[in-house]
Amino acid sequence: MEYFLTEEQKMIKDLARRVARERILPVAAELDEREEFPSQLREWFGETDLMGVGIPEEYGGLGGGVLETCLAVEEISWACPGVATSYAANWLGIMPLLLAGSEEQKQRYVRAVARGEKLAAFCLTEAEAGSDAGAIRTTARRDGDFYVLDGTKQWITNGGEADIYTVIALTAPEKGPRGASCFVVEKGTPGLGFGRKEKKMGIRASATREVVFTDCRIPATQLVGREGQGFAIAIRTLDRARPGVGAQAVGLAQGALDRALAYARQRVQFGKPIITFQAIGHMLADMATQIEAARALVYATARTIDAGVKDFAKESAMAKLFASDVAMRVTTDAVQILGGYGYMRDYPVEKLMRDAKITQIYEGTNQIQRNVIAQELLRESARKG
Amino acid sequence: MRIIVLIKQVPESTEVRINPETNTLIREGVKSIINPFDTYALEEGVLIKERLGGTVVVMTMGPPQAREALQDAIALGADEAILLSDRAFAGADTLATSRALAAAVRKLEPYDLIICGKQAIDGDTAQVGPEVAEFLDIPHVTYVRKVRELEPGRAVVERMVEGAVETVEMSLPGLITVVKDINQPRIPSLKGIMKARRATIPVWTPADVGLPEEVVGLRGSPTAVEKVFVPQVERRGEVIEGSPEEVAEVLLSRLQSVGVL
Repeated sequence: MEYFLTEEQKMIKDLARRVARERILPVAAELDEREEFPSQLREWFGETDLMGVGIPEEYGGLGGGVLETCLAVEEISWACPGVATSYAANWLGIMPLLLAGSEEQKQRYVRAVARGEKLAAFCLTEAEAGSDAGAIRTTARRDGDFYVLDGTKQWITNGGEADIYTVIALTAPEKGPRGASCFVVEKGTPGLGFGRKEKKMGIRASATREVVFTDCRIPATQLVGREGQGFAIAIRTLDRARPGVGAQAVGLAQGALDRALAYARQRVQFGKPIITFQAIGHMLADMATQIEAARALVYATARTIDAGVKDFAKESAMAKLFASDVAMRVTTDAVQILGGYGYMRDYPVEKLMRDAKITQIYEGTNQIQRNVIAQELLRESARKG
Repeated sequence: MRIIVLIKQVPESTEVRINPETNTLIREGVKSIINPFDTYALEEGVLIKERLGGTVVVMTMGPPQAREALQDAIALGADEAILLSDRAFAGADTLATSRALAAAVRKLEPYDLIICGKQAIDGDTAQVGPEVAEFLDIPHVTYVRKVRELEPGRAVVERMVEGAVETVEMSLPGLITVVKDINQPRIPSLKGIMKARRATIPVWTPADVGLPEEVVGLRGSPTAVEKVFVPQVERRGEVIEGSPEEVAEVLLSRLQSVGVL
């Protein structure tokens, strides 16, 4: 398919592909097996400038938008969706700063992330506040020129590994979500601690931890935007980053298809390569078709956002929903095509199937995405009368 | 440190086909890359620059499209690039190639170190590096796996020899050819690639390097390729049967009869 990518976009995609295939792929299985966060992350993405793809040039980035970031995520995910998670979560972590941060915050934090010197994480989810993000309980109490944070954030990607944490906490708990604010907290701040690393089904190369705030005192200048804007910042951050999950899903689905295709060509049963059996050929055809449709939707959504369209919550939800459902189906079929070998950890497709599952869950479950789409449909049709 | 890295653009595939009429490689449809061994040479140059400061100049001789290899080298950290390209350079053997490269290197004096890959994956001669050093009348060390010490006028390097490692002290300026154990070449950065696209790469002709056309290219090449072919390997296996004693007996006499023992 011709997606009319610019020279620069092709360059980003090609470079991400090289890093993915030459550096990440050789260690992906081992990282998964050992549930290990790659120590080479900064080398892979910092030294190649890939960390700065979605960061404006004035903060040391490449000045790319959502599409450029999606292209990089897709290629990385082809080799290892777990590593792609860490990469995308870094972008998610600085998104509140890009959207609402002060000039000083951007110069200080975003620039360091663009150079690959610092890694970021976004902290919203809590034990009792998953899909119902408005139910968060972490508080930020004003105390003179400081805020004091208390509470526990759960399942934070890059937790413990990141140097910069953007955190949504309540400055006016009585107001509910309207009383939420966003803060940026540096690792090493007294009162910022980390829980145990979660043991996950997939994306095991990524680090997922509790981020715990205990009487954590930060200067008032660490407030991102204004008090009360926290929830809006979080929603805008997620809407903007969501196509990234779609791109991750597309990349890993493509990875599963490529491996299933290669296997089907060389695996001989009944005297013939199994790809010559229509049952297998049709599965591959369906997989390829679904992936292409998902890719087209993700790219179109990314372009819609980059074009400056104001309302894109629906499109963003559609891209994430569709691509992640495709990834789950395609990886399941890839395992089926490899048969018994597909079920074994010696072959990479079972990992991709485990990795695919999270894309239907995180950054808003696919049920929540459908809620968003349905609400937007209702709103649009009501507007038309 | 001023470092010069000599590179070659080669076909990406190791399974290149040969035109039986002209005995030359069929390059059509095959992507060109920097000779893999030269990427280690370039990386070593860039690492030295990053450690000690200085500049890395990368140079190649080839057709106009060899410019792409030089652009790639700039993306990987070279500061300047020079392309020797002219119809008169075409058809050069290793002698004519190294004569041209050496003449071009002279124009870049003063320099401290020249680094080359141990050999190119298409010709596999491993001659150009040492020949350049001879033309320049400077010392050279081949198959270097580590630069242990480096300072103006002097270097200590480790070279791979069969079954051992040799530590050699050499005076500078000098030339080394490197093996792949020496480092892991980096992947270029996006900013590096963009910089490389904008880079101006001067093209030098034989006149620019002060050589008459008779001594470069095909005319300056004493080597004539008669024929290039894939050798037919004939192997015959034979099973010697019998008790271990009988087999040993037969094997021994057989080896003696063919003069192996």
